[in-house]
Amino acid sequence: MSQSADRPERPEPVLRVRGLCLRFGSQEVLREVSFSVFPGQTLAVIGESGCGKTVLLKSLVALIRPQRGEVWFHGHDMLALGDRELTQMRLRFGFVFQNAALFDSLSVEQNIAFPLRRQGNRSEAEIRRLVRRRLHEVGLPESVLAKKPAELSGGMRKRVGLARALAVSPEVILYDEPTTGLDPIMSDVINELILRTQLRENVTSVIVTHDMRTVQKTADRVLMLYPLGRLRPGEPQVLFEGTPQQLQQADDPRVRQFVRGEAGQRLQELDETAV
Amino acid sequence: MSQASTTKSAPPRGVPGVVYHWVADLGQVVLGWVVALGDLTLFAGRTFSWMFTRLPLRETLVPNFYQIGVLSLPVVALTGTFIGMVLAVQSYAQFRLLSLETRLGAVINMSLVRELGPVLAATMLAGRVGSAMAAELGTMRVTEQIDALASMGTNPIHYLVVPRFLACIFLIPTLTVMADFMGVVGGAFYSIGILGIDSHHYWIHSQNFVGGYDLFTGVFKSVFFGAAIALISCYRGFHCDPGAEGVGRAATQAFVYSFVSILALDLFLGILLDSIYLLIWPHLPRLV
Repeated sequence: MSQSADRPERPEPVLRVRGLCLRFGSQEVLREVSFSVFPGQTLAVIGESGCGKTVLLKSLVALIRPQRGEVWFHGHDMLALGDRELTQMRLRFGFVFQNAALFDSLSVEQNIAFPLRRQGNRSEAEIRRLVRRRLHEVGLPESVLAKKPAELSGGMRKRVGLARALAVSPEVILYDEPTTGLDPIMSDVINELILRTQLRENVTSVIVTHDMRTVQKTADRVLMLYPLGRLRPGEPQVLFEGTPQQLQQADDPRVRQFVRGEAGQRLQELDETAV
Repeated sequence: MSQASTTKSAPPRGVPGVVYHWVADLGQVVLGWVVALGDLTLFAGRTFSWMFTRLPLRETLVPNFYQIGVLSLPVVALTGTFIGMVLAVQSYAQFRLLSLETRLGAVINMSLVRELGPVLAATMLAGRVGSAMAAELGTMRVTEQIDALASMGTNPIHYLVVPRFLACIFLIPTLTVMADFMGVVGGAFYSIGILGIDSHHYWIHSQNFVGGYDLFTGVFKSVFFGAAIALISCYRGFHCDPGAEGVGRAATQAFVYSFVSILALDLFLGILLDSIYLLIWPHLPRLV
């Protein structure tokens, strides 16, 4: 909160992350990760599998609790809140999970209505209307409402997941690998939906992805993490922070390798372990 | 942490090395247990705290009460009936030698209401419901559904654990009474109907021997068994390792740990309740 004085020309960030450090047992996953997300901005967090992107995203709403660090959201440190305050605060976020994480025991309609019912201040008629509106926004027909998540395709499940995250008009939407496991056309549909949501609701978004098309299409800023196992002790984990245009012109060979999708010296490692 | 790793010296070789590793492994296991016990206690604390701060939702209570109570009834009744009959079969020969076969009712019914009814009802509940709860919650954990609940302003403990806990502690006494009743019926059916024991004396001896406190003991203990089953199973589900293997292991461990806790609780509660009995009625002859 007091840090706002050092950036008077910029608006107050929606999310301010300071020095996140996290380890699972002896394995270090995040080391001193800091960044800010400003209102209406879309931040893409990129990096190869296992570099801690998803863990970082879950830390933002304290689904995982890092050992050290702060996540400031509207004057509250999310990681210092108690159970009850956190439960209330999380209603201001929408989370789109990698495999949608729809409740299997509930129908699509009950899934999308779930966060609305939790807020507890809406009539049933209003909830029904909102559920249908969100479903139309993600381009699904009303015939899926009665279906169970298991009866839907991967792309449909992702879209229902998005509709559920949008249901309560959150201030911040967190996407965990929104296009992973989808065909190129469906990936583009999801990218388009992310973009439209951004324009229509003026939400702030954090997208964890390794799909460079998603980055180019939707992101205003990009943050690249690197797996700690490949870094020397003390080297910063955030390899790059800037706009998607700057990302294309980055000098760091490790950033360039990721952006271009080249195996590089990993092929050598592959051969060495094979021997 | 880094300091600790730098000051750590290399393990010795040879026999001292074997002992070193053995002690280190043992320490690791004991430490794991202590951590898990502490975690479970915190989990139980959070469950109690949510139970008293906000009422559980009807939509979560009713299915759990149905699943845990109503659907367990047939299997508990069947187990009770067979145990009653088995007790009659096993004890008859000895009692017949002493010509005390009419006392069989007293022994069968006392064993049932004090020990076998509650323990068997709890074991069946742990097997039927405990492992299912661990597998269900474990799958929800693995597929991020528990995270999804939390991210939508719903506390997973309040939404998932509290209704299961309440269903277990409120319905296990009724299941125990059912097991007791069917055991008494089964024992009487075999003793009177098949072994031909005089029914009047069979019941009179039962009535004189089994008191209200015995029935209370069994039902009282069952509440603790129910609480242990719910907490252990839900905890295992919540801390499930990823993958099909993780879910399977959670389900198995939920049953094994619940069963061991039922037996351990049975011993300690038995001692406690006996002491209370002696405190209230110090001059009455002990019946067991």
